[in-house]
Amino acid sequence: MSESTTTTEITRRRMLQGTVVATAVAAGTVVLGLTGPTVTPASGADTESGDSFDEVFRNRRIQGMPMSGEGHHAMSGYMVLIDGRELHMMRNADGTWISVINHYQTFATPRALARAAVNSLDGADLAPLAA
Amino acid sequence: MAVRKNQATLTAAEKRAFVNAVLELKRRGTYDAFVSTHNDFIMSDTDTTERTGHRAPSFLPWHRSFLLRFERALQAIDATVTLPYWDWTTDRTPNSSLWGPDFLGGDGTGTGGRVATGPFAQSGGNWTLTVRPDTRNYLTRELGQGGESLPTRADVDAVLAIATYDAAPFNSSSSGFRNNLEGWTGINLHNRVHVWVGGNMSTGMSPNDPVFWMHHCMIDRLWAGWQSRHPGQGYQPVRRTRNVVALNDTMKPWNDVTPADLLDHTKFYTYDSAY
Ligand SMILES: [Cu+2]
Repeated sequence: MSESTTTTEITRRRMLQGTVVATAVAAGTVVLGLTGPTVTPASGADTESGDSFDEVFRNRRIQGMPMSGEGHHAMSGYMVLIDGRELHMMRNADGTWISVINHYQTFATPRALARAAVNSLDGADLAPLAA
Repeated sequence: MAVRKNQATLTAAEKRAFVNAVLELKRRGTYDAFVSTHNDFIMSDTDTTERTGHRAPSFLPWHRSFLLRFERALQAIDATVTLPYWDWTTDRTPNSSLWGPDFLGGDGTGTGGRVATGPFAQSGGNWTLTVRPDTRNYLTRELGQGGESLPTRADVDAVLAIATYDAAPFNSSSSGFRNNLEGWTGINLHNRVHVWVGGNMSTGMSPNDPVFWMHHCMIDRLWAGWQSRHPGQGYQPVRRTRNVVALNDTMKPWNDVTPADLLDHTKFYTYDSAY
């Protein structure tokens, strides 16, 4: 399958318009922010190619952004959202990534990790992460 | 002494007894507690922090204790039951009797990869997932679809030939027997079987698929096989080491057992045939 035919890159310009600010809600899920940011990307997002992404892959919106601060993403320094829900992920010593959906398989980039999770989810939504 | 057998050799009555004990454990809620425990460790075991169940030397003793506790819970329901092992070097296809309707049920089908046959199909009313990573409350599989093949006998022999148990930094980047077996580096026996089964087995909540126990029983058997090949080698680290479980440290979450306590499995059970 050619990923380029099934994905749509959302541009940096759109990101800077503020549509991808994540907000941690009380329930412990992360949704796309409409009520003001409490968590923001650690550094100017997208300053290096591959740092952040925001695209539609197989009809799912996947986003990734470097993070700092508190929360599940603090350990890995990165957060991936699938349709606004946080994907629990972890960085390996060799720099590759795993997620709770594909725990026994490593991926070179958070974007590849997010796409693999979309494939495995096969239309299902992520469950909220425990607080 | 309990004998753990190759799943392919179980009689129809033995398969039924195993399945019924697992279903009863599920009905009581105990099964899902095992799924939770596994996932708690999956989430917290990292390469740079405290790690116990995975990507660490204690991967093998932790899972040995985890399996023993599960097996005892089954035996409290039916004293004749022991954990079977799945030897994936010989039972390598979705057509194996392992995946039959009288045992674990078959491959996933349709959108979502739903397992629709056997005693663990959600439609049967006995197997609804509560501890799960996504909104699907049914068992899922994608046998052989994950881009990984099952390890061969040659792969196993190569891993069992590695003399050193484990090595600093005692994580997913270590050389040594444990990590080649676990699969973050090198030949990879354990991780890729999870990927081969796919669906729930690929996730941190992998014990939702009962094949988890049979796969890990095989991994446990291979640890014993390594020990018999390398009588002069042993668990590492022996001395206290930051973030990992040393030979005489107790393991979370139970805090009542050390790797040293678990090195000799014949205190607890034997295998029908040694690897
Ligand atoms: Cu495993």
